[in-house]
Amino acid sequence: MKTSATDLELAIQMDEAARVAHELRLKRDKRERNARILKHIFLILVSCVMLYPLFWLLASSFKPENEIFGSLTLWPSEFRLDNYTKGWYALPISFTVFYVNSAIVTGLSVIGNLVSCSFAAYAFARLNFTGRSFFFALMMMTLMIPYHVVLIPQYVQFLNLGWVDTYLPLVVPRFLASDAFFIFLMVQFFRQLPRELDEAAMIDGCSPFKIYWAIILPLSLPAMGTAAIFSLIWVWEDFLAPLIYLNDIKSYTVPLALRLFLDQEGQSAYGQMFAMSVLSLVPVVIFFVLFQKLIVRGIATSGMK
Amino acid sequence: MKRFFARNAPAYVFLLPWLIGFFLLALGPILASLYLSFTRYDMVSAPRWIGWGNYEYMFTRDRRFWKALEVTFTYVALAVPARLIMALGVAMLLDKGLRTIGLYRAIFYLPSLLGASIAIAILWRQLFAADGVVNQVLAMVGIQGASWITDPDTSLYTLVVLAMWQFGSPMLIFLAGLRGIPRDLYEAAEIDGTPGWRQFTRITLPLLAPVIFFNLVLQTIDSFKTFSSAFIISNGTGAPADSLLFYTVYLFNEAFKFFRMGYASALAWFLLVIIAAFTAIAFFTSKYWVHYENERD
Repeated sequence: MKTSATDLELAIQMDEAARVAHELRLKRDKRERNARILKHIFLILVSCVMLYPLFWLLASSFKPENEIFGSLTLWPSEFRLDNYTKGWYALPISFTVFYVNSAIVTGLSVIGNLVSCSFAAYAFARLNFTGRSFFFALMMMTLMIPYHVVLIPQYVQFLNLGWVDTYLPLVVPRFLASDAFFIFLMVQFFRQLPRELDEAAMIDGCSPFKIYWAIILPLSLPAMGTAAIFSLIWVWEDFLAPLIYLNDIKSYTVPLALRLFLDQEGQSAYGQMFAMSVLSLVPVVIFFVLFQKLIVRGIATSGMK
Repeated sequence: MKRFFARNAPAYVFLLPWLIGFFLLALGPILASLYLSFTRYDMVSAPRWIGWGNYEYMFTRDRRFWKALEVTFTYVALAVPARLIMALGVAMLLDKGLRTIGLYRAIFYLPSLLGASIAIAILWRQLFAADGVVNQVLAMVGIQGASWITDPDTSLYTLVVLAMWQFGSPMLIFLAGLRGIPRDLYEAAEIDGTPGWRQFTRITLPLLAPVIFFNLVLQTIDSFKTFSSAFIISNGTGAPADSLLFYTVYLFNEAFKFFRMGYASALAWFLLVIIAAFTAIAFFTSKYWVHYENERD
């Protein structure tokens, strides 16, 4: 009997302990849920602050001129498209030309980057050759060099070649793998592919070019995609190089055209300037939404901007 | 010899575009700009050797050079920590205790992608204008805002805020780094009753040190190179009162507005030295505060 009494006590104690543990767990769950809700509220607030300028820009592009300033609202009293229709033709040359120019420069540059950088990356990552580590170190060093340091001699060089006021100074360097970032990104990716693939292909008599084309490239589509998107966005937004090399308004890219609006300030065409600014961001935003996963992974693995 | 050639030829064929680019677009121009930095060169007549003249003028007589250094260093000293602290803070919030973070991640990253564009620089000018959005918000809480962009005392801060707004890319790198920290370390600390801030200083910071180091170097180099936004917001001149005279803006104007190519080359070389020095300092000091995973045991 005595034992069963202690058993009973023990049982009661255990029951009590279980109840306390359960309560603690409930409390913890509740605490965690509250913390989560608080976090969400905070993050949503931060998101709103981050996005507000962009939405203000978008809203202002639909507002009549006199409503833009002095108003914080994101909902125009009436949606107007004249900022867009007028803005498109507000400069001496229509934006159609600027967009075609930007598209040419961007398209060629992306192709150049992909071809030349993947060539170099393939050599660095998959081929053994004398001087590999030396050249790789040199390549990494060029990442650090500010564009401004090579700018002047490059300008003199291109001027002597008669390339100023053409797209060659913007495009040709990209075919010579001048954006070493992308070499680095691709090297990181190529290195992860199993070596056995190359070896097996080599035994089957594949040339290095065949291995590059038929094995490495098809397996590296994510890396190539990341490089393509980043170079597309960067070239699209590029300002300094076009500013230096393009003097004729007929050859201007979109960022240069936007700057012309600033020079005309005082004529109070803010709405039109905003409308054209919005349009210039649209391609970037579309690519971001479509390829968000590739972009995020690309940054996490390579640490690009 | 023949075998040497056969072994290396394919690799060098693949490397050829980069090699040409390296010699013609990097090494050649760097050496050329070193030479030009010792000359007077206006692009009309041939460069004329003047020895250390440009550097002497730069360091002893050019007030705007010192102003440009001051502006740029102030910017780097404010913008880099601000951006990194913001990035780390938000990354830590996203890292733990939330189920879906994809949307936040996208929203926070978007400004990094747009931030360098001329459209955003134009937008920034209007946000911080005297009758701009920022001042209207301040007016709602009864604060009379400054004329941020045109006041030399405040103009630089508008660019620091712009830099903070673009905290997304270091945030993504921090997130990847945080994901690499073993969860059981935090659980063990939790059981021991270690308070949160101590978990941060004893677990998160040390284990994240390599990532912090990487971000710090990258962001510092990047901030020294800031150009487009400063150029647009200051109307291409560094105005008001040279308060936005970023080093790169000054260099650009010396070269392409006044065609003092020799002097601008000297400026460019000094920028290279500054960036190289910062990178070197970071690497040399890193062994005292950055410990990599494989060194520990």
